[in-house]
Amino acid sequence: MKRMILGTSPVAAPFWEATKEKKFLLQFCATTGKAIWYPRDFSPHALGGNVEWREASGKGVVYAVSVMHRPGNPAMAEAVPYAVALIDLEEGARMLSNVVNCDPDSIKVGDKVKLAWEPLEGGRHLPVFELA
Amino acid sequence: MAYDSTYMRGKAAIVGAVDAVSPTGELGIHERTLQVQMIHAALEDAGLRLSDVDALFATGTMMSSMELAEHLMITPRYTDTTMTGGSSFEVHVEHAAAAIALGLCEVAVIVYAATPRAKGGANFMAAQMAALDKNNPPPNIEWELPYGTISPPGNYALAASRHMALYGTTRAQLAQIAVSTREWACKNPRARHQEPLTIKEVLEAPMIASPLGKLDCCLVTDGAGALVMTSAERARSLRKKPAYVLGAGTAHDHAMMISQMPDLCTTAGAISGPKAFKMAGITPRDVDVVEIYDSFTITVALALEDLGFCKKGEAGAFVQDGRLGPGGALPTNTNGGGLSYTHPGMYGMFLLVEAVKQIRGESTGQVKDAKIAVAHGCGGILSSTSTVVLGSEETL
Repeated sequence: MKRMILGTSPVAAPFWEATKEKKFLLQFCATTGKAIWYPRDFSPHALGGNVEWREASGKGVVYAVSVMHRPGNPAMAEAVPYAVALIDLEEGARMLSNVVNCDPDSIKVGDKVKLAWEPLEGGRHLPVFELA
Repeated sequence: MAYDSTYMRGKAAIVGAVDAVSPTGELGIHERTLQVQMIHAALEDAGLRLSDVDALFATGTMMSSMELAEHLMITPRYTDTTMTGGSSFEVHVEHAAAAIALGLCEVAVIVYAATPRAKGGANFMAAQMAALDKNNPPPNIEWELPYGTISPPGNYALAASRHMALYGTTRAQLAQIAVSTREWACKNPRARHQEPLTIKEVLEAPMIASPLGKLDCCLVTDGAGALVMTSAERARSLRKKPAYVLGAGTAHDHAMMISQMPDLCTTAGAISGPKAFKMAGITPRDVDVVEIYDSFTITVALALEDLGFCKKGEAGAFVQDGRLGPGGALPTNTNGGGLSYTHPGMYGMFLLVEAVKQIRGESTGQVKDAKIAVAHGCGGILSSTSTVVLGSEETL
């Protein structure tokens, strides 16, 4: 699938670098141990809190799902219909992604999903999910 | 002195309220000109002059209120450019009421004008792209844009999917919201759509982002409006029946990242609504008419629950008997709403104008003896809400 990638932030450099080896890194609060999504330069769970990067399992559950019948950006024009979903990761954070490699209308809230990788330019990968 | 928000109750009133819309959806007038026209018309409506204005509320551009004041050649001593998306104007009413109650200003003007039709559609992304730093993009660009959610509908659709999965809400129940709203629009000769609508038509409309079809989504039209507010004392000597600000409350729990919304079935309205009702000293049962931001049918369902008109999860069954429509138990969006009347991008202005008309007895969908009207704005992607309770003289 073509993707609209318009830049990456310095704080997320470890995340994107790890995707070259298909490793899914998540930030955790150094004080409380809570998972954090999206990557930040501080922990929102503790004042002055540091963050730690750790590899995540890539397992999750569909929290909400919607099938796009119109593209959300020009890169996705050929991809409709496709499923956008909020995924509750096993570690406790929630992220937006796509659930791929299935009939998009068959995806239900509560379905178990696992990480899949989609190649991007420069050897990096985009984390997406498929039904587990 | 111990501060108590109820100090604000009834201290300020909306005394001028006008809007400009067109059944074609197009106004054919530039935004700055529309702003000035609306301000003049709202002051005329109130029986005040431009020289009376000492507070200006405007939003949407850099230094919005300063640019507008310069254009009008006025010198405000109170200014506010708060931008919370579609709920901005409810926030402005809250801030103006507080400022008037504290004596920081006496006559406030709040204005909005947008012509997305002339510009070829509201394009939030284009504005963000123009300012984009590719070496440090904002989080929604880095983490959500690549997955292709059509925004805003796709984000609201995610909430609808969750509500359906958790509570058994159906597409037909949501469709009833669009149908009831259209019934009000049929009474309004200025509404964009004035022909009756059926649940079947809503269900069979092209899907945009499941479970939301085209007729679950608001319009894209040109539109403009303005409000004039002043102290309760001064309001009584003016041209029209004052709509007193009995209560107001605002909250937001994320911005443009839907993954950061704590619970997709509970909006910040669960905070802003009770806050406004507490200040007003009312319960949902006391409300005669409610104007709820209907960007999408699901937006109304969530708001009805969050404001306490029904329990969490029960909005589908609550709206099913047509109670939001004419003759129903809870008249809602009595001008035809963002779904059928007008929607230039930040609809909160039109909620307030219609709520004022209801208190005055001027609405095309007039609710008999309406004494308490609520305007509930929602901005961003279910991100910010602001609730305003308006009342007639006898509610003070």
